[in-house]
Amino acid sequence: MGGLSLRGLSKSYGSLDIMRDLSLEIADGEFAVFLGPSGCGKSTLLRMVAGLEAPTSGEIHLGNRRIDAIAPGERGVAMVFQNYALYPHMTVKQNMAFGLRNVGTPRDEIASKIAIAAKMLEIAHLLDRKPGQLSGGQRQRVAIGRAIVKQPEVFLFDEPLSNLDAALRSRTRIELARLHQRVQSTMIFVTHDQVEAMTMATRIVVMNHGRIEQVGAPMEIYRKPSTRFVASFIGSPSMNFLPVVQAGESDGRALVRLADGTVVATEILSASVPRSGEMTLGVRAEHVTPGSGTAARVDVVERLGERTLVYAIVDDGSTIVYDEPGDVAPAIGEHVRLSLDPANVMLFDAAGLAYHAEPRA
Amino acid sequence: MSGAILPAPSQRTATTGSGIGMSAWANMFFVLPYIIVVVALVIAPLFLGIWLSFQDYDMLGGWAGGVAFENYTNLFSDRIFLGTIRNTLLFVVMTTPAFVVVGLFLAITLNSHLRRHAVLRSVFFASSVLSVTVVTLVWRLVYLPNQGLLASVTNLLGLPGIDPVTSETWALPGVAVVTVWWIIGLPMTLFLAALQQIPKEIYEAAALDRASRWATLTSITLPSIRRTIVVVTLLEVILQFQLFGQALLITGGGPDNRSRPMVQFIYETGFRDLQVGFAAAASQVLFALMLVAAIVQFWVGRSRDER
Ligand SMILES: Nc1ncnc2c1ncn2[C@@H]1O[C@H](COP(=O)(O)OP(=O)(O)O)[C@@H](O)[C@H]1O
Ligand SMILES: [Mg+2]
Repeated sequence: MGGLSLRGLSKSYGSLDIMRDLSLEIADGEFAVFLGPSGCGKSTLLRMVAGLEAPTSGEIHLGNRRIDAIAPGERGVAMVFQNYALYPHMTVKQNMAFGLRNVGTPRDEIASKIAIAAKMLEIAHLLDRKPGQLSGGQRQRVAIGRAIVKQPEVFLFDEPLSNLDAALRSRTRIELARLHQRVQSTMIFVTHDQVEAMTMATRIVVMNHGRIEQVGAPMEIYRKPSTRFVASFIGSPSMNFLPVVQAGESDGRALVRLADGTVVATEILSASVPRSGEMTLGVRAEHVTPGSGTAARVDVVERLGERTLVYAIVDDGSTIVYDEPGDVAPAIGEHVRLSLDPANVMLFDAAGLAYHAEPRA
Repeated sequence: MSGAILPAPSQRTATTGSGIGMSAWANMFFVLPYIIVVVALVIAPLFLGIWLSFQDYDMLGGWAGGVAFENYTNLFSDRIFLGTIRNTLLFVVMTTPAFVVVGLFLAITLNSHLRRHAVLRSVFFASSVLSVTVVTLVWRLVYLPNQGLLASVTNLLGLPGIDPVTSETWALPGVAVVTVWWIIGLPMTLFLAALQQIPKEIYEAAALDRASRWATLTSITLPSIRRTIVVVTLLEVILQFQLFGQALLITGGGPDNRSRPMVQFIYETGFRDLQVGFAAAASQVLFALMLVAAIVQFWVGRSRDER
């Protein structure tokens, strides 16, 4: 057992750099979720850990072993592929047994391991079927079962939920979290779905263009995104971004002016914010309250059941989405006034770097 | 624009509802040329052949009426004909496994994006486009006693010389080698196409499952292309039953009829001796043998499938 350590990993295909100098420590037993848009290099990273792709440079350590140069099967990792990659001509049982047979596990031990995994995943009644006779969700369980029986030190999941329907996806999320608690192995889960990341991860690694944007606990990333990219990628609905200019300070805290002239107070230390350059204000829907403040006109109302989202257009044409606190949503076209919660407003400079509120002593 | 164009097809579908009977007749016209060709060139000759096999029909003497099974009883008491059955079956048994094994080996070895493999694929396929005369000419040179390539090699290794053209034992294997060399490209290509259908992830999963090369071959690759193996076997059995040109041109069927195939027998009785009825009966025997072989194969392939 041991943690996984990625040290200065780079990957290029010919002259195309996919990943440059990526380093990360993943502790033993952690459920790390790599989150990023499609094409950002998540699968490549996972495949390098699995040994299916060789890093151009850098090292991978598992526990106190360096594993980047050894064969995939000998690394102590198991992978669940996005499209499951089950062996189509083998039964479920044979699929799960294949990896064990290859290392000469005794027959009865194979049988008992399969029985335990099948029970855990509720696929005992499917053991004699072939993958072609299974539904998507069942195949996915078999793929997980095939990984479990090997008792790997690290589980690698490459977007395993993306082929499931919404109901099954949310159920499987919970089951994977439960599985992690039970087996206590290190798990690396790759996804482009922020909900999956938020719900399952002990730590989220946000990636973009083959680089790590931010590493942190789910709520930390939600509350304090370190870049504009992270802020926009995490959270639903997406964070509101409004262009602002600086308007001095009050009590050491930065003041900014919206395009319509409204001055917005923040809790961000003005000393920490660069003096010049374009700034963008970021605020989440739940931190915008109707009542007083900047004027806007209601454009769309989205009722989600547990919350109602209102999309309103401000004078300069940008859209603000906010949570309607009452039961009665405003009518479309209605004029509203919106205030932004100073404690939860953040600023981004031109390079996308975030500045956050500092609690008062 | 598109708004004006789009409704048109839906109107069409609405009106064809009443014209289904007519359109079915219209469809017949499209398959008619094919049906004519099949009837004229396959069905009619088939039944003509069966009919002929029960006649005493000599190209010179003309038609002398039906003879019931006499052609067949004559055939099965003809030692030369029985020998050609034996030769043909032996030839099929020698070549078909070779086509499958060698074709599969080449396909697996050359299944990559390497340029040198692409070149080799073309090289192995290239001989298939040669005509049988060119191929046999080349191999006559190889088999030339004392000076041929084969003789040189056996000399060099200090082995006793083999002369496939004049040896009773080696004549048929000699023809088999030529045949495999000649058209190994087809099974290789069929296997390559099948191999490329296997998803890459399965191999990656197998690598993570610590499958050895042997386990990967036997547990992943072969089961994945089982259908193609059956198809290639079937195809080769049907093709190799029809052995003719190579045998005629290399050994002439000799020595002592040891490499004479059934088709050569049919050719000689029908086109040289002009005993058309007799030749037609021999053709029916060949046809029956091929049919049985094909059905057995098909059945074996199917029952495996259902397991
Ligand atoms: N074999 C390859 N050759 C060239 N480019 C590749 C190859 N595999 C992946 N890429 C590129 O690497 C980038 C990252 O791919 P990938 O890791 O699959 O992204 P993700 O899984 O995050 O969607 C993509 O831009 C993709 O086009
Ligand atoms: Mg991917």
